[in-house]
Amino acid sequence: MTITLDSKIPNGPVADAWNTYKSDVKLVAPGNKRKFKVIVVGTGLAGASAAATLAELGYQVDAFTFHDSPRRAHSIAAQGGINAAKNYQGDGDSVHRLFYDTIKGGDFRAREGNVHRLAEVSVNIIDQMVAQGVPFAREYGGLLDNRSFGGAQVSRTFYARGQTGQQLLLGAYQQLARQIGLGNVRLFNRTELVDVVTVEGRCAGIVTRDLMTGEVVSHAAHAVVMATGGYGNVFFLSTNAMACNVTAAWRAHRKGALFANPCYTQIHPTCIPQSDPTQSKLTLMSESLRNDGRVWVPKNADDNRPAAQIPEEERDYILERLYPSYGNLAPRDISSRAAKRSVDSGRGVGPLKNGVYLDFSDAINRLGRNVVEERYGNLFEMYERIAGENPYDMPMRIYPASHYTMGGLWVDYELQTTIPGLYAAGEANFSDHGANRLGASALMQGLADGYFVLPYTIGNYLAPMLNKPIPGTDHPAFKEAEQAAQQRYQGYLDIKGTRSPDFFHREVGRIIWDYCGMERTQQGLEKALSELPALYEEFQKDLRVTGDGTSLNQTLEKAGRVDDFFQLGMLMCRDALEREESCGGHFRAEYQTDEGEALRDDEKFAHVAAWEWTGEPTKSVRHTEELKFEAVHLATRSYK
Amino acid sequence: MSNHLKNLKLKIWRQDGPNTSGRFEDYIIDEISDEASFLEMLDVLNERLISDNKLPVVFDHDCREGICGTCSLMINGQAHGPERRTATCQLHMRKFKSGDEIVIEPWRASAFPIIKDLMVDRSAFDRIIESGGFITAPTGGAPDANLIPIPKPVADAAMDSAECIGCGACVAACPNGAANLFTAAKINHLNVLPQGQAERYKRVEAMVETMDEYFGSCTNHGECEAACPKEISIDVIALMNKDYRKSKVKNRKELSRG
Repeated sequence: MTITLDSKIPNGPVADAWNTYKSDVKLVAPGNKRKFKVIVVGTGLAGASAAATLAELGYQVDAFTFHDSPRRAHSIAAQGGINAAKNYQGDGDSVHRLFYDTIKGGDFRAREGNVHRLAEVSVNIIDQMVAQGVPFAREYGGLLDNRSFGGAQVSRTFYARGQTGQQLLLGAYQQLARQIGLGNVRLFNRTELVDVVTVEGRCAGIVTRDLMTGEVVSHAAHAVVMATGGYGNVFFLSTNAMACNVTAAWRAHRKGALFANPCYTQIHPTCIPQSDPTQSKLTLMSESLRNDGRVWVPKNADDNRPAAQIPEEERDYILERLYPSYGNLAPRDISSRAAKRSVDSGRGVGPLKNGVYLDFSDAINRLGRNVVEERYGNLFEMYERIAGENPYDMPMRIYPASHYTMGGLWVDYELQTTIPGLYAAGEANFSDHGANRLGASALMQGLADGYFVLPYTIGNYLAPMLNKPIPGTDHPAFKEAEQAAQQRYQGYLDIKGTRSPDFFHREVGRIIWDYCGMERTQQGLEKALSELPALYEEFQKDLRVTGDGTSLNQTLEKAGRVDDFFQLGMLMCRDALEREESCGGHFRAEYQTDEGEALRDDEKFAHVAAWEWTGEPTKSVRHTEELKFEAVHLATRSYK
Repeated sequence: MSNHLKNLKLKIWRQDGPNTSGRFEDYIIDEISDEASFLEMLDVLNERLISDNKLPVVFDHDCREGICGTCSLMINGQAHGPERRTATCQLHMRKFKSGDEIVIEPWRASAFPIIKDLMVDRSAFDRIIESGGFITAPTGGAPDANLIPIPKPVADAAMDSAECIGCGACVAACPNGAANLFTAAKINHLNVLPQGQAERYKRVEAMVETMDEYFGSCTNHGECEAACPKEISIDVIALMNKDYRKSKVKNRKELSRG
């Protein structure tokens, strides 16, 4: 199959592209919008904002979440903030600068057009969220406060204590709830997507499984939006919520949507290190802490004294030393690797020597305990609850963990996947963060896609379909997909082996973390690609799911998700193997500078890798979309 | 370094479905690290049950960071267990000691019917929000975010209420099964902000009356505040009552104006 990946960015300067697009886009008249049904899968920032806005415009919307309520989506856990090029601080920010920082932060592996649009609409997001009642932090004069985040030299991050994601999601959820109350959105909760249905190459709808009853049901629509988040849980231990999974995106991929850059995963530098083998997840400590916390390790590997007894001259403030101009606010991938190198060299701290210090004693001395408490109080409390140590008295211990995935479903400028009528928004798509996402940009992207991009681009697709019939759920393609889904879930029950889905999840996660985590090598990836199929075969033979498929069964849900993680994991390793360069979160040990920094190969790899499913997890086909840089010059990223 | 707890006796509520009767079942945890979280202890139990070919205990949970509000356990009769300001998922085993008996039940409230084992249906909360827990602000028409300054104490007060994670501990802890703390927190978040004024009285009337359809009445026990993982103050209930009383006059006036 020949596939041409056309990004569909309007011609002309990138700064004008979105205005050009909006001027030319086809419209659906207000009275005709109700003739179209749009399905939105996922109710996080991207999904809730898209569903609410589309419904408000007049489309019939069906929204799906596997949670009990839309408000549980994992966007809620984002702590630090949301970027916007408002320049309220007058410190030199602009749309162009946010655009440039995002492209550079992504190590020149993102598409210029999409990123520029993101920077443009960032300012509307803040206006919109304030109008909805999001209680952002304010100065005493009543104006909005900002702070700075990694990879930026301006203060453009808006925040609501350490719970910005919560407040933004509640804002989007309230707008969605309003549309549900008005009858414009039908909400299907505790319902999981199990397949995507295409008819004659177009997306015709989805098949879902009711988690309460196991019932498999088809839903037809004119267009479908996947806002189903990232796949960071492939590592088993990550900062993602327990239920985060790749199933929706993966099922779309298997039906023809190309999956782009799966090896671009973000390892976040500031998480609480693992403390015992039964641990189920890792907890993030917001990047905002790096505004005032200083990262250090002892200079000597065998220094086992408590932190307070190690004198200043025997401490190595690694980020300040290596990256003086950005210091403790170096981007995430760079900070993570610096921490890893320190721990690998035996200078790790804590009982398992698996962390580095994040020290607030200077900030407490400079600002006073009250100010530090005001800024980070809830994070400090959370740390104390988990680690059992008080960070006002002794430095936090942190270590990198899987946090976010830049890869995802390939989408064009309209956020449409390679299946016409199927869109992907938020973390589920690949488009805006290149090989590394900057802090406080995920919330920005989710809301940009949902509030300000999809409502335009979906109309452009729907307008020519006015008054034309679409396949209903009685179409054979739906029946086939229903049957396949029923067989798939019955299949897990029928194996009757000896190991639980969690057992296999831990194992697959360990392999991916060891060989496709913070540092990758050809040898390691090849090893992973020989171990994963063998383990997958064992999964298919030795899985045990107790209970039945006709009532609530959390083990069965988990089995389906782990199955898809296996297939995705193999693709991640292949993608990482074929990308023979280092960029952003993808660090191949063979390709590094003398100082251990990522070494890109722009000649060969200034492109997006988009994979086509062929029926076998290890035999997917790689396609490429060349990245053109017109507004920025390709440069070696330096934060020194 | 971590220590280990030994010989924990768990009494867990098991119920096959919404319409069947439930019972307590006993389980022993031989050994668990005190670094483990409470839910990780249940994960360990569930792994064992699966390997014994039994049905694992169903419980709701997701972020395990205390923010999504999904987890919901009565632990020894206390909503979210013994640690203040802490949701179940953030409770760690270091709060218990070897040999302890731990009773684990689902939220107990008639507005939250049991789905299975420890999982309950809290969709009545969503109905309250749908009835008025929002500011009508269609996408695209918002003025500049700094156009209306909001005094810091007002923004802080809104945030204090907006921190509510919607877990339902307030209802579970209340002897009357009332949802006044949840509803009042949601109302107060929006009603103190300048952006929330246009719909202030309509909002409070709709939300209070939707709440009354599902939940019991508040008699100011204050159990809700003690159980709330975000320590939301019961002052918000007084503010809600004040606005509700006013709404009965204000909304009638609005109506009579046509």
